[in-house]
Amino acid sequence: MSDIIRLTAAELGEKISAGEISSVEATQAHLDRIAAVDGDVHAFLHVNEHALAAAAEVDARRAAGEQLGPIAGVPLAVKDVLVTTDMPSTSGSKILEGYMSPFDATVVARSRAAGLVPLGKTNMDEFAMGSSTEFSAYGPTRNPWDLDRIPGGSGGGSAAAVAAFEAPLALGSDTGGSIRQPAHVTGTVGIKPTYGGVSRYGAIALASSLDQVGPVTRTVLDAGLLHDVIGGHDPKDSTSLPQEWPSFAAAAREGASGQVLKGLKVGVITELPDSGFQAGVAASFRASLALMEAQGAEIVEISAPHFEYGVAAYYLILPAEASSNLAKFDSVRFGLRVTPDGNPTVEDVMSATREAGFGPEVKRRIILGTYALSAGYYDAYYGSAQKVRTLIQQDFARAFGQVDVIATPSAPTTAFKIGEKIDDPLQMYLNDLTTIPANLAGVPGISIPSGVAAEDGLPVGIQFLAPAHEDARLYRVGAALEAALLDSWGEPLLARAPQLLGGTR
Amino acid sequence: MLARIQLSDDEVTQLTGQLDAIVDNIAKVSEVATPDVVATSHPIAMSNVFRPDEVGETLTLEQTLKNAPDAADGRFRVTAILGEEQ
Amino acid sequence: MATAKLMDFDKALEMFEPVLGFEVHVELNTRTKMFSDAPNPANDEFHGAEPNTLIAPVDLGLPGSLPVVNATAVRSSISLGLALGCSIAESSRFARKNYFYPDLGKNYQISQYDEPIAFEGSVEVELEDGTLVTIPVERAHMEEDAGKLTHMGGATGRIQGAEYSLVDYNRAGVPLVEIVTKPIFGAEHRAPEYAKAYIAAIRDIVRGLGISEARLERGNLRCDANVSLRPRGQEKLGTRTETKNVNSMRSVERAVRYEIQRQAAILADGGTIIQETRHWHEDTGTTSPGRPKSDADDYRYFPEPDLLPVQPSRELVDELRAALPEQPVARRRRLKADWGFTDLEFQDVRNGGLIDEVEATIAAGAAPAAARKWWTGEITRIANAQDRDAAGLVSPSDVAALQGLVDAGTLTDKLARQVLEGVIAGEGSPQQVVDSRGLAVVSDDGALIAAIDDALAAQPDVLAKIKDGKVQAAGAVIGAVMKAMKGQADAARVRELVLERAAQ
Ligand SMILES: [Mg+2]
Ligand SMILES: [Zn+2]
Repeated sequence: MSDIIRLTAAELGEKISAGEISSVEATQAHLDRIAAVDGDVHAFLHVNEHALAAAAEVDARRAAGEQLGPIAGVPLAVKDVLVTTDMPSTSGSKILEGYMSPFDATVVARSRAAGLVPLGKTNMDEFAMGSSTEFSAYGPTRNPWDLDRIPGGSGGGSAAAVAAFEAPLALGSDTGGSIRQPAHVTGTVGIKPTYGGVSRYGAIALASSLDQVGPVTRTVLDAGLLHDVIGGHDPKDSTSLPQEWPSFAAAAREGASGQVLKGLKVGVITELPDSGFQAGVAASFRASLALMEAQGAEIVEISAPHFEYGVAAYYLILPAEASSNLAKFDSVRFGLRVTPDGNPTVEDVMSATREAGFGPEVKRRIILGTYALSAGYYDAYYGSAQKVRTLIQQDFARAFGQVDVIATPSAPTTAFKIGEKIDDPLQMYLNDLTTIPANLAGVPGISIPSGVAAEDGLPVGIQFLAPAHEDARLYRVGAALEAALLDSWGEPLLARAPQLLGGTR
Repeated sequence: MLARIQLSDDEVTQLTGQLDAIVDNIAKVSEVATPDVVATSHPIAMSNVFRPDEVGETLTLEQTLKNAPDAADGRFRVTAILGEEQ
Repeated sequence: MATAKLMDFDKALEMFEPVLGFEVHVELNTRTKMFSDAPNPANDEFHGAEPNTLIAPVDLGLPGSLPVVNATAVRSSISLGLALGCSIAESSRFARKNYFYPDLGKNYQISQYDEPIAFEGSVEVELEDGTLVTIPVERAHMEEDAGKLTHMGGATGRIQGAEYSLVDYNRAGVPLVEIVTKPIFGAEHRAPEYAKAYIAAIRDIVRGLGISEARLERGNLRCDANVSLRPRGQEKLGTRTETKNVNSMRSVERAVRYEIQRQAAILADGGTIIQETRHWHEDTGTTSPGRPKSDADDYRYFPEPDLLPVQPSRELVDELRAALPEQPVARRRRLKADWGFTDLEFQDVRNGGLIDEVEATIAAGAAPAAARKWWTGEITRIANAQDRDAAGLVSPSDVAALQGLVDAGTLTDKLARQVLEGVIAGEGSPQQVVDSRGLAVVSDDGALIAAIDDALAAQPDVLAKIKDGKVQAAGAVIGAVMKAMKGQADAARVRELVLERAAQ
């Protein structure tokens, strides 16, 4: 395996900047890696045939003396939920097979402008509905730690690509944990920014009031570097926050010095007892807290009594908004069209198209959402769920009156086997128990690797949550713990993942 | 049907069972959603986000029709419409 | 379709009390659409564009596209709300109205539901005889228009029997304000007139504000008319029908009359009215059943998560209130007094929709009486003959210039009418028509005297009568002279000269 792909984005950016490696070489190394292992991992739905040309252009810009940013020339994997002009955008669905967007998502446009090289589009649960990437219409992605296990979801493709060294950086989207939960099960870093911190323009909407785009990487610093590129106000997204943001890369560098843990108050939620988690997940979580305590942090028990209603509220709000957002897939302007025999009316064509084009999980949620919004049920379901949102925000406000950050395990279990939960939607929905409250309340969250579970040797993540607008705090704290853990391990967690040789599938 | 998805009988049976279980589970939101709690529709409260009334770049006709399953005469083509305009 | 049984209108009114309600959609003339920066076809500058050429991603509901609210559309909506006497909501929000239809790019319409921008107002409406009535307004809300369907392969271009349809999304996203009245009571036999006068009032208001092109024939204003009947003495409202998209003032008047007669016939026969939408057919002057209201009308409204609340500041509302133009009714009262018109004279101008034209003609220098005479007389006559609107047929400044030529003695009234025809035919300004057609009055006495002498010589008996003092006999000679001069002479001057010559 080439050394280039083992570099972090920050290191690779420095080497490209110093002229030690060209962007073309860096891009080629990753394309080679994809060619070697993606048959097994299936992280990518599409590999960008223009990647080398884009890399050559960045090299030319640099040669012409242009001042480029710190990660210019570094390859980037793009979750297929983000529309791109030069590659198809499907959101993991058959109904959008081959769809070519006339515009780039804002985060993609900003990435290109910063000299990042789009490598391809990564696999995901159809329309981001799922926690395992098993619900992709194009087949599952496999976890690089164990090819029989799920890589998390919905952004399993982006997390697996980064964990398998197919890309140093990836873009994800997180509606209920779709960045953080895959990070947890693949031993990578994922951040869901404050709602409105990163533009949603060009992100194919799942649940508009919950969706956030964010970075998927192997280190906290890399996430900060990517966040600096994609974040900030976008007039094309009305919910985009107008504020100026500090540099998240700078926050990560500051955190890595370790000083930030001194006197830091870390909240642990009483209502999420260890008994609710797989033993190895809870153990890893407690070990991380102990490490932080050893560095001067104070662990504080806090109460968040309404978190337990989060999953229920989420599974009303998400399907309701999704049922409306997905109504546009009707065979009229774009996407699949299925025309039944006889003299079908447009109504028949729409129904047949949606029957054929949507997978079972998508249908399940559209029907649930349609029901939750219908007259007579709105108040009991959607209306009540919006109230739970208020209660969870109040829980956060109270908690952040006492602590600087909240810590939880990122998910209840390590990666489960492909197929294990696919027929049990309720069980599947509980995967997002700890990640959902952040989406409901709009606050930022980060998941970083905390170790492996003793019983299965699979990676575990720890999640930190901060008040809205305080994303930089997560970079400082995340980078501080990351540095302490690296010290204790002597190598990155991913070094323990099995070597992928390719060709097993 | 409001969701405009034609479902097979098998699918209807399977979905009904799953949806009942899910709905039972999520009905718990009404336990805490008392009348005094206000609803939150947007996670971060903002207001008055407007755009100046200035013409931007439009799509070309080619871009507009590029992904159309069927088009004729510069327009999207659909089979006969049963229902009425709202 | 079977023709419905109708009851005599007066008899229907004896038995039943009509209750009205209107929903008027006003297309705003902002430069761009409600939620996208694509050009707005309801603005004159972009009207008539080729299909699907005024399109931004959100107008097609393209994956990843997002709406952003047009600031000017919000201002226009607030101004309209204020002009309707409404309160402006301190906080107002958008909602999604979900239903599948191919003219909707997203299969939901962004509209307002529980928190409209304006609510609780009233409009003063003037009936044809000048009677003022107050129409109560429930709300005015912002929303977006849908695209346009063309039904192909059917015999009539209607939806029924069409083989396929074509969709143009240029109109998708055009900013609309929907004005909804409360139930209107007390219209009685003037119900059809109420309908027409209400639409005229809305048109005048939005024109006065300059926020819409306000052309009914283009659909800039579209009216849904709700009609229900209840037996005399009954408290409970009857079941209503909603006649959709009646797009001229005459049609809305006819549609209301027709629905009263149709519903009365059904109720008198012991039948029941079905709550449904109905379609107006201009050609036959009838309505036909459309979509019944049903459970399928569950629009699953919910707050639009992609957009934020609109919370206009006090300062903005005060600023827009201060900038409101004079209310149309007050303005009419003022103009009538300024111009010194009688009730009948003023009604003539107003009913012809010619107030703006007369005002502009007077401003361009014509006397009020002359301005009125031109517009309600000759110009209206020509407009009717050509089946066109009098307003817009000729510019007020040309009319004033024409009257100026009459006042200067260059034209007789009769010549001026010929010049007007030339101007309307596009031959240029009044002066240019006078020049090119050679229509000026002949003021050369020499030429006139020669013609008079010829005429007197040809009618010696008339000359004798005049000499006898029978001056009225001169008429025959004057007529002959005018004919010889092809009308281009001042008849008064001719008369003077005839008497002069006859005396010699
Ligand atoms: Mg309506
Ligand atoms: Zn409307």
